Amino acid sequence: MSTTVRFTPLNPARWVIWSGFALVLIALPLAFHQGFALTLMCQIGTIMIFSLSFNMLLGQAGMLSFGHAVYSGLGAYIAVHVLNMIDKGTLMFPVTLLPLVGGLAGAFFGVLFGYVTTKKSGTPFAMITLGIGELVGAMALMFPDFFGGEGGVSTNRVAGKALLGLITYGPQIQVYYLVAAWLFICTAAMYAYTQTPLGRIANAVRDNPERAEFIGYETQRVRYLVLIISGFFAGVSGALGAINFEIVSSENVSAIRSGTVLLFTFIGGVGFFFGPMIGAVLFGLFIVVLATITKAWLLYLGLFFVLMVMYCPGGIAGLIMMQMPLLRARRFKEMLPSYALGVAAAAVLLLALSAAAEMLYYHALEASASGPTMVLFGMNVNVASFTPWLVLLAIAGAGFALLGLARRKVTECWNRVMGEIMAGGLQ
Amino acid sequence: MEFFLISLLNGVSYGLLLFMLSSGLTLIFSMMGVLNFAHASFYMLGAYFAYQTSLAVGFWWALLIAPLAVGVVGAVVERFMLRRVHKFGHVPELLLTFGLAYLIEEFVHLIWGRSSVDYKVPAALDHPLFTLYSTTFPAYRGFMMLVALLMLLAIYLLLKRTRIGLVIQASLTHPDTVEALGHNVPRVFMLVFGGGCALAGLAGVIGGNAFVTEPGMAAAVGSIVFVVAVVGGMGSLAGAFLASLLIGVIQTFAVALDYSFVTLAAGMGMSITPQTPLYVLWKLTIAQVAPILPYLFLVLILIFRPRGLLGTREG
Repeated sequence: MSTTVRFTPLNPARWVIWSGFALVLIALPLAFHQGFALTLMCQIGTIMIFSLSFNMLLGQAGMLSFGHAVYSGLGAYIAVHVLNMIDKGTLMFPVTLLPLVGGLAGAFFGVLFGYVTTKKSGTPFAMITLGIGELVGAMALMFPDFFGGEGGVSTNRVAGKALLGLITYGPQIQVYYLVAAWLFICTAAMYAYTQTPLGRIANAVRDNPERAEFIGYETQRVRYLVLIISGFFAGVSGALGAINFEIVSSENVSAIRSGTVLLFTFIGGVGFFFGPMIGAVLFGLFIVVLATITKAWLLYLGLFFVLMVMYCPGGIAGLIMMQMPLLRARRFKEMLPSYALGVAAAAVLLLALSAAAEMLYYHALEASASGPTMVLFGMNVNVASFTPWLVLLAIAGAGFALLGLARRKVTECWNRVMGEIMAGGLQ
Repeated sequence: MEFFLISLLNGVSYGLLLFMLSSGLTLIFSMMGVLNFAHASFYMLGAYFAYQTSLAVGFWWALLIAPLAVGVVGAVVERFMLRRVHKFGHVPELLLTFGLAYLIEEFVHLIWGRSSVDYKVPAALDHPLFTLYSTTFPAYRGFMMLVALLMLLAIYLLLKRTRIGLVIQASLTHPDTVEALGHNVPRVFMLVFGGGCALAGLAGVIGGNAFVTEPGMAAAVGSIVFVVAVVGGMGSLAGAFLASLLIGVIQTFAVALDYSFVTLAAGMGMSITPQTPLYVLWKLTIAQVAPILPYLFLVLILIFRPRGLLGTREG
């Protein structure tokens, strides 16, 4: 099979996808117009830019960073100080373009710190970014004049002249459209970047640095440039976050923030451009929705992440793209029964696991204060007695048995269908 | 003089504790190329295991049992988790241990709750060892130093004087040849990972009661240990030893020094006032900068000596 590169100035699929993306962004507030949903969508939008910029490093250039929050956080701080100056009237600057200021700040710190961090690649790079992250995180408490100490720097986003005399960014819906517009621009720019020579050579540096050097590219310089560009987009997301929340605190530059973006970008999938966007949506579900329901959400997140690393290193995007050949051959529905079995097994296991986790948390944190009986899935459960634990053990055992069966079925069905598709393709 | 000697002793004992942590990390890294992000979490597990076992059988048994238990946990992690992702490369291995750090912290929350536990220094060691001028030096600090030095000696003898040490050293540089000679290299890896974790567990047993045993203790020491490994030179045990002592002593001294550029300038007959440009920088005392000193040190080392103090390779 040979592929020829053809000049196609009009790529219909691409037009459909990007205009669809724009339409979804425009239409979302019509479906979810409650205040809570709007704030959540604004947050997801900023995280989307942030995780896409993170994936520029991890997925596209093979650079695992434990300190990416430095660029978004410092961008946010610079943006919030500029916003305060606009508010006081010492500076004339439209709030609409404030993310540009954050982006330039992020790129500036990329130039500064990247000089040190990109000297190394692979594991040493990861450790050095961790060190830089800790350095900036600790500095945030040393310079209260700039970082605002424990309380952070608060601001007022209704500042300066209103855009077109109408848009003040007071109502949340206006902030949503600001985030959406910047999200669309940044996503398009970052996708375009992957098609440039620099984006391509970054892939080469990821896959085989030695060969990249042999064809005449200095890998350190490629890493440095990629880090600066990535810092720019991280800064944009930081500034948008500052406008959205009207406060920037030391948490924005912390190691926790850096770790979070790493977790969700990976879960979304680093191998494909759109993977981090899925990760950002999951971020919204986990951090905002699940965290309000259960205290054990970090346990679920950690477990989910570890299972993804072990069994599904392509992330959710990888799982979706694996189905593409089946969809193209119109044979996806043959897989459905075995997939359904797998989902059922996972649901049973999840039930047992989450019940066990909730009971353990209750036992560790609350049982001493409010007695051994808790309400779990609408039932009264005594965590100090043996019976509920035995029931859970039985459910978990059934779940594992079902999972083993599902795994056999999926593998068998997958091999059969894919084998037939491949055989058909060869003829 | 009194301040100097006491700070030096405290610094050295803290540095030796750092070395106990970084030695396991360095061993694992040089052997398998895996940076164990969860290393400090194993240190925390060691402290909690020791707390639990010392409640049942006393401190001295805990000193033996807890590191072994942590070592077993480490070996299980290697056998059933790390080995699985090994074929995907080093970054997924690092990611796995990163996720593991989250899991271990939540596990500790689950079992022992969110506040610190009352893990005490054993009564036999809870007295001053000697008095220097007017400050007393606790016996437990001396015990920590003794354990660290014994451990250093034991690792040295194990690696240089025994048959298994020979195999480990050979697998480090020539895994294929060692495998061809009939040794089970994956099992050696499992033992090294478990052993490295056991060392971290031992550090937890003796560090947990000297400091505080709480769920945040892994995060507090974790990144410093990575700094030690980079500053010493990735994969160099001697470098890790030197770097741990250096960072331990520097940090201990820095925390106690209340000088800033303002006092320095005053000593030279100049005066710096709040009107001086960049006053926020000049007024910082050394004690205030202490938390970031290791990281500044890391940056400087990377600029001027990228392979670390005693490292042999550029990574």
